[in-house]
Amino acid sequence: MIEVKNISKRFGDKQILTDVSAKFEPSNNSLIIGTSGTGKSVLLKCIVGLIKPEEGQVLFDGRDFYKASEREKKDIRREIGMLFQGSALFDSKTVEENVRFPLDLLDENMSESEKLDRVNFCLHRVALDNSNKKMPSELSGGMKKRVGIARAIVLNPKYLFCDEPNSGLDPQTSIKIDELISEITDEFKITTIVVSHDMNSVFGIGEYVVFLHEGKKLWEGTAGQIMDADVSELHDFIFAGKLMRQVRLTM
Amino acid sequence: MEALGRFFIFLSQTLSRRERLSIYPVLILEEMLQIGFNSFKLVAIVSSFIGAVTCVQTAFNLVSPLVPSYIIGTIVRDMTLLELAPTITCIVLSGKVGSNIAGQLGTMRITEQIDALEVMGINSVSYLVFPKIMASLLMFPVLVIFAGFLSLMGGYLAGIFTGVITESEYVYGIRYTFNEFNITFAIIKAIVFAFLISSISAFQGFYTRGGALEVGIASTQAVTKSCIAVLIADYLLAQMLL
Repeated sequence: MIEVKNISKRFGDKQILTDVSAKFEPSNNSLIIGTSGTGKSVLLKCIVGLIKPEEGQVLFDGRDFYKASEREKKDIRREIGMLFQGSALFDSKTVEENVRFPLDLLDENMSESEKLDRVNFCLHRVALDNSNKKMPSELSGGMKKRVGIARAIVLNPKYLFCDEPNSGLDPQTSIKIDELISEITDEFKITTIVVSHDMNSVFGIGEYVVFLHEGKKLWEGTAGQIMDADVSELHDFIFAGKLMRQVRLTM
Repeated sequence: MEALGRFFIFLSQTLSRRERLSIYPVLILEEMLQIGFNSFKLVAIVSSFIGAVTCVQTAFNLVSPLVPSYIIGTIVRDMTLLELAPTITCIVLSGKVGSNIAGQLGTMRITEQIDALEVMGINSVSYLVFPKIMASLLMFPVLVIFAGFLSLMGGYLAGIFTGVITESEYVYGIRYTFNEFNITFAIIKAIVFAFLISSISAFQGFYTRGGALEVGIASTQAVTKSCIAVLIADYLLAQMLL
């Protein structure tokens, strides 16, 4: 389980996050949603340790990340897989080298053939067989996300973080990526946190949803409860799209 | 001052929390190829012409019949070995290598590749920057020695072909009162300049914020600041060691 307690973050004079707390259950797909610029990605980066919050705690199964020693932080990070908004693949490396990279650097016990088997397994899992020798520049946006997911799961992580996995993808590919993330969460019993503003993701894979607005947590609950939420900002967010407005009219 | 403090913290991070030592030799070799081997052609062109121009201009300025012609060779030797080969070569390299390092790290930063390394628990400064600094420290002296040799060759060819000096006078001149410390001094300069160029450029690129425009700005700043640092270090080294 990942627990976030009273996280606050400021950039200069601008308060980005104010006293945000949430619990993300294991083997669950949790979503952090909200409009652009509301602090979702900053919260995610605070959780994975890329941005240090001014206040608050992040607990990985009870282990306080910011109070941990460098050694303990490294151990926690080895249990983390992350899919970045722009995939963050290493441009000069092939797909295989990208996925293999964490194994080469962080797993000293695996033999070369075991590493290759693991890479092939992960690429097969994201439906990218026979793409080993391709360069990232030869891949479509959706394929890059798949490689990013394969790299994120290659070390068998306990926690998976996805920063806007659907950004820049067409609706069909977005749904496929969402489904892939959901399947991987169930299959490997991972605690997954997805940052998104895509309503398809909320209703498609969101088992637990945290709604942020102007850096504050205004609502949390299951995707099933979201329509009954008594938060006007959440309703404005959900029904901002034309399609969703039509859905509201039929409700 | 704040930037200077951040620079020293950045440097300390290259050595702290290192990854397994076994991963570095390959990374250093790759960087040596990129930084050093790929620069040989440029260094060869620049240094040959530096030597040739120094020879011709020295001959042009020596109008007194009381000064023997072989002095042209001596002046070419001292000017190129002491100053032109190490300093001009390193300034040219700061443009090529410095912008390359800053551009590469800047692009990795804005495309979240550095964040990806950090999330994996890899010390990105140590993993990305340490091999670049080490490769520069190893390759710059080689390039400077190569540049010194080609400068002397450039001077020789220019002197012979223009007829300002004979072959025997030039060879006598470059051997006349030769001080071996000049070579040592050129290598010391190369090592210091290598460290300055690689670390300053890496620092500029590593902390790039924004997009493609900012990567360009970081590359330009890397070259500008490296050049200034090289010139200041050049003066200080001359003051201290000569």
